[in-house]
Amino acid sequence: MENKVKREGAVIFSEYNRGDAVKKAISIGREDVLFELKESKLRGRGGAGFPTSTKWMLTAAAKSDKKYVICNADEGEPGTFKDRVLLLEYPELVFDGMVVGGYAIGAKEGIVYLRGEYEYMLKSLQDYLEEMRKDNLLGKDILGKKGFDFDIIIRLGSGAYVCGEETALIESLEGHRGEARNRPPFPVNTGLNGKPTTVNNVETFASVAHIVTKGGSWYSQHGTDKSTGSKLFSVSGDCKKPGVYELPWGTTINELLKIVEADNTKAVQVGGASGLCISKSQFDRQLGYEDLGTGGSIMVFNESRNMLHVLKNFMEFFVEESCGQCTPCRIGNVKLLEGVEMIEKGEYTFNYINKLKELGETMRISSKCGLGQSSPNPFISILENFKEEIFNNGKGGK
Amino acid sequence: MLVLEKNSLSEEIGKLVDLYGKDRSSLLPILQGIEKNHKYISDFAQQEVARLLDIHPVEVYSVVTFYSFLTHKPMGRNVVRLCQTITCDMFGKEAVAKAIERELGIKFGETTKDKSVTLEYANCLGMCDQGPAMLVNDQVYSHLTPEKAIEILEKLK
Ligand SMILES: Cc1cc2nc3c(=O)[nH]c(=O)nc-3n(C[C@H](O)[C@H](O)[C@H](O)COP(=O)(O)O)c2cc1C
Ligand code: SF4
Repeated sequence: MENKVKREGAVIFSEYNRGDAVKKAISIGREDVLFELKESKLRGRGGAGFPTSTKWMLTAAAKSDKKYVICNADEGEPGTFKDRVLLLEYPELVFDGMVVGGYAIGAKEGIVYLRGEYEYMLKSLQDYLEEMRKDNLLGKDILGKKGFDFDIIIRLGSGAYVCGEETALIESLEGHRGEARNRPPFPVNTGLNGKPTTVNNVETFASVAHIVTKGGSWYSQHGTDKSTGSKLFSVSGDCKKPGVYELPWGTTINELLKIVEADNTKAVQVGGASGLCISKSQFDRQLGYEDLGTGGSIMVFNESRNMLHVLKNFMEFFVEESCGQCTPCRIGNVKLLEGVEMIEKGEYTFNYINKLKELGETMRISSKCGLGQSSPNPFISILENFKEEIFNNGKGGK
Repeated sequence: MLVLEKNSLSEEIGKLVDLYGKDRSSLLPILQGIEKNHKYISDFAQQEVARLLDIHPVEVYSVVTFYSFLTHKPMGRNVVRLCQTITCDMFGKEAVAKAIERELGIKFGETTKDKSVTLEYANCLGMCDQGPAMLVNDQVYSHLTPEKAIEILEKLK
């Protein structure tokens, strides 16, 4: 296995030494850590893009004897692998970010929920934590600061995509099936063991480490107004240089395709299986919360690919990974997959396909968690944006 | 199961419980430990875990059946999980899958007669930039070709 980062940008991969953020946090104090975070306008990197400072301020304000900082390293979205690279190559950013989180919200316990598929990293991450303990970056009275105690443990997942959803993740940590909870209450109030908990993505913590060290305004000068900083993109599929790229928000799909050396591109799936599939005419769209917000999965498909086959692969994924708790998602995904198979065989009516699109809309509003709310995305966007190929050219529709 | 085997399994589970604690929140690490050592979690093991954590055995069963890396049917000594998600699929998963099936003489979802290998599909392994990829137990292999995959499996025997 290789882990090469293909492009290092000016933010995430800027210079950083282990402990920098922790030192800085202690010297400026809790309030200012939260202030810098607010200034940075950082939004969560796990996909949903919730403002990190709001989440941390709510957890900080919650009164409780115990609080938790959880790092979501479940990285199960098809096409995403940047957290793998961060954890393997830049653990200092991720763990320091968690320590700063503990300091800011007043938590003493940090937990990394590492997907079972990444068990091969476990040993090296644990060794790294041990080094941090030796340097007093973890443990009691961190860096001599009286009363600042914080430690991190790693817990493994066991092969369930839905456990990346934060409340399902908490259920899993508590020893239950990974079934998403109703929200509210949100984890910031009622999280792990009923205590205030902040759950953040690996890359969010890495960004925090830089923000605290270099300042919120330093961070927000990168990117665009609403999407500050830069983003790690996991690029795969039909291009000469797949890999992890740090790019400023605001980059267009066309620019990205050029950078990764993709030719003859027909389609780009933005945001993983649960994201949107866009066609050529939309390649001038921008990556960023203003337009295409994403956790960073970019899958490139060239002219030779059969988009109905791509869609089928995604729907099979959702059928397998639905936790089965609520009907729109459990049954809906099966129906959408059946629809794809009907098109494949040429045994469909447009009337029925339109009904399935409506079903997709229903799933979006009635499913309990993000899985069922977003799984119709590829179905609706691929059938819409590639209808020529699928229904009229005989490739899929016979 | 022989009484002796049962005793030693009980003892082992007792140790896992001592290590991770008696809380419900220890359930996954305990089950993961049993899966790792025995390649499945037998009815007896589930009952023991339930007894020691003071929860109903059905609670344990419901958790075991939820997670794809926890199993209540015996797996082979090695578990091979080939990624079936789109990028690996685009870059030759099918040829790798066929080669493995031919070489081992089993289909996906099956275990070889000598119990050395169980073959399964997995969803995205996070190796999309270097597919096709597979996990062999907890190790990941990428840029697979049929030949390379077979070479890796040869070493398991
Ligand atoms: C089905 C599903 C899977 C998810 N998987 C992940 C994941 O693997 N990693 C992640 O950070 N967030 C994942 N999320 C988003 C989390 O629920 C949560 O929003 C995120 O961890 C919050 O962190 P952030 O604000 O730093 O992005 C997933 C959400 C859903 C609905
Ligand atoms: S939407 Fe799907 S994954 Fe989410 S709770 Fe409902 S059934 Fe489970």
